[in-house]
Amino acid sequence: MATAVDNIVSDKLFEWLLRRGDSALILGHRVSEWCGHSPVLEEDIALANVALDLIGQARLWLTYAGEIEGKGRGENELAFLRDAWDFHNFLLVEQPNGDFGKTLMRQFLYDAYQVLLLEALENSSDQRVAEIAAKAGKEAAYHLDRSADLVIRLGDGTSESHRRMQTALETLWIYTGELFSGDEVDEVVSDAGIAPMPETLQSSWRQIVDEVLTRATLEVPDTTFSHTGGVTGRHSEHLGHLLAEMQFLQRAYPGATW
Amino acid sequence: MKKEWPLWEVFIRGQHGLNHRHVGSLHAPDAEMAIKNARDVYTRRKEGISIWVIPSAQITASDPGAKDALFEPSVDKIYRHPSFYDIPDEVGKM
Amino acid sequence: MYAQMVKTDANKVRDLSEMTEEERAFQARIDRGEKIEPTDWMPEGYRKTLIRQIGQHAHSEIVGQLPEGNWITRAPTLERKAILLAKVQDEAGHGLYLYCAAETLGVSRDELIELLHAGKMKYSSIFNYPTLTWADIGAVGWLVDGAAIMNQVPLQRTSFGPYSRAMIRICKEESFHQRQGYDIMMKMANGTAEQRRMAQDALDRLWYPSLMMFGPSDKDSVHSAQSMAWKIKINTNDELRQKFVDQTVSQAEYLGLTIPDENLSWNDEKGGYDFSEPDWSEFFEVLSGNGPCNRERMEARVKAWEEGSWVRDALMAHANKKEAAKTAAE
Repeated sequence: MATAVDNIVSDKLFEWLLRRGDSALILGHRVSEWCGHSPVLEEDIALANVALDLIGQARLWLTYAGEIEGKGRGENELAFLRDAWDFHNFLLVEQPNGDFGKTLMRQFLYDAYQVLLLEALENSSDQRVAEIAAKAGKEAAYHLDRSADLVIRLGDGTSESHRRMQTALETLWIYTGELFSGDEVDEVVSDAGIAPMPETLQSSWRQIVDEVLTRATLEVPDTTFSHTGGVTGRHSEHLGHLLAEMQFLQRAYPGATW
Repeated sequence: MKKEWPLWEVFIRGQHGLNHRHVGSLHAPDAEMAIKNARDVYTRRKEGISIWVIPSAQITASDPGAKDALFEPSVDKIYRHPSFYDIPDEVGKM
Repeated sequence: MYAQMVKTDANKVRDLSEMTEEERAFQARIDRGEKIEPTDWMPEGYRKTLIRQIGQHAHSEIVGQLPEGNWITRAPTLERKAILLAKVQDEAGHGLYLYCAAETLGVSRDELIELLHAGKMKYSSIFNYPTLTWADIGAVGWLVDGAAIMNQVPLQRTSFGPYSRAMIRICKEESFHQRQGYDIMMKMANGTAEQRRMAQDALDRLWYPSLMMFGPSDKDSVHSAQSMAWKIKINTNDELRQKFVDQTVSQAEYLGLTIPDENLSWNDEKGGYDFSEPDWSEFFEVLSGNGPCNRERMEARVKAWEEGSWVRDALMAHANKKEAAKTAAE
């Protein structure tokens, strides 16, 4: 029989799983916007692979979230029938693609975090979380390999590419603090041994980021400020538009199966 | 300086320990990226576990005009094939 | 087809007695079913025609990403989103394989892309039609990929080695494309009244453009005859169109959808359906740039290419820098 403590944990775990699933979903959606429009065919194909991995991860996280919630919602109900304030993704991933450099910078900043988080989650006390992390971790490792490499190449490419990458870094840097600011949800989940507190990942993340950005000849912006709110449902204007597009069919034709 | 990315030939070894096999080509600025691109372009369906890339310009091919001289001589060496020899059934598998 | 009305530079198909010795030997190799490889001797017309044909085929794959890509961000379920993305990604891959095959003939991919953008090379007429509803994604898979497969399967036996190998790989990968399209159509046809309406509307709009994919009748065309003699075209346009109609009618019936052709009827004598020709004046309008989406398609391609140039240049510059540093260190 479920105790009050179990209920609190599952409540918070549900939201924590949405943070994982929504971040993967929204980023996967953003990356998929490139399909057919990339600078070169090889990159078009590679980006689609990243998007496919992320959408696959979103499905695993959201399916599990639905089970924990226990109200019969599956991946599609969660993805297509929630409004923006019930989405719990990081602000970073909902930022528009911008140019190819900004997309890659966003990917790199997220991948570095993702690799560390998933590595830690492989030891989760929750078996499902550990299983999903093991699968997603391999994908994230490749994503990081690729995005770090491209950030270095574009940062240290031509003067134009350097300028664009520096701009991208400055635009996105103020959304990275949110990756490491834990709240009550994280505390409960962390106390249950399911996941680490986000703060514990920050210094390793910074080490990866510093190393790559140095090789890319880019400078970390001199600010400690960060926007927050995404994981608790307070988003930028961009998410509403993304959802309006993504959810169109499910909203316009309720109850239809596709 | 030529701006187009050079062409690379891609070879992939599948799951079953066979030789690396030529699967196609792609463009990449250097060898490292050619490997990454090959992973993304040519292994989308679990086709392999090892990748080689070689700049297409580095391939040396046999002269198509010399095809007869190169390959005809092996045609009549049928004694190199096991089916050339009749071994009685009583001897067993050989 | 993905390659439509490819010109050969031939005024007539010459018989063996009119050929030079080299040409005769070349034709004999093709007649024996041998593959021609890039370093082999080949007539200039064969080489040029293949560049046009493979180039056009490659362009079609890349431009063909756009109408379907139009729905990736609006796919109705996460699984459909993943399937569609994987499919459109495959089209990019197929374009890539085909450009590589063309490159073995002494033209570069960038040159081909620039010829496309300058309007000097074509792509299939079909991709100038819009995808207006989700059912169009089903219909494109079912009809457009269905028509493409009809042409590509025999092309696996084409005489030019690199083209043949690219087609083999493409056919293998493409086998799921038509099925996923039909799967969408089944869901729509068995769905709500609105979904059925979308499904029928998609068939109504895409039926004739699909028939046009095979190109106008070429039974009297010298180009077609020359291409067939070279085995870079295996069937006439009419043969393939007939085969496509015969295959598709029962599939439409199963869905409970009506093919928009009052003249469609089974002809016992020829063992196939009689059907109406598409409006060829529309086809020529689309080819000349007046299809519903010609301008948008080309603008999207040119934009991607131009906005991507700094990326391509920077990655090359970085590779050159690294190479230079390596050389200096040695």
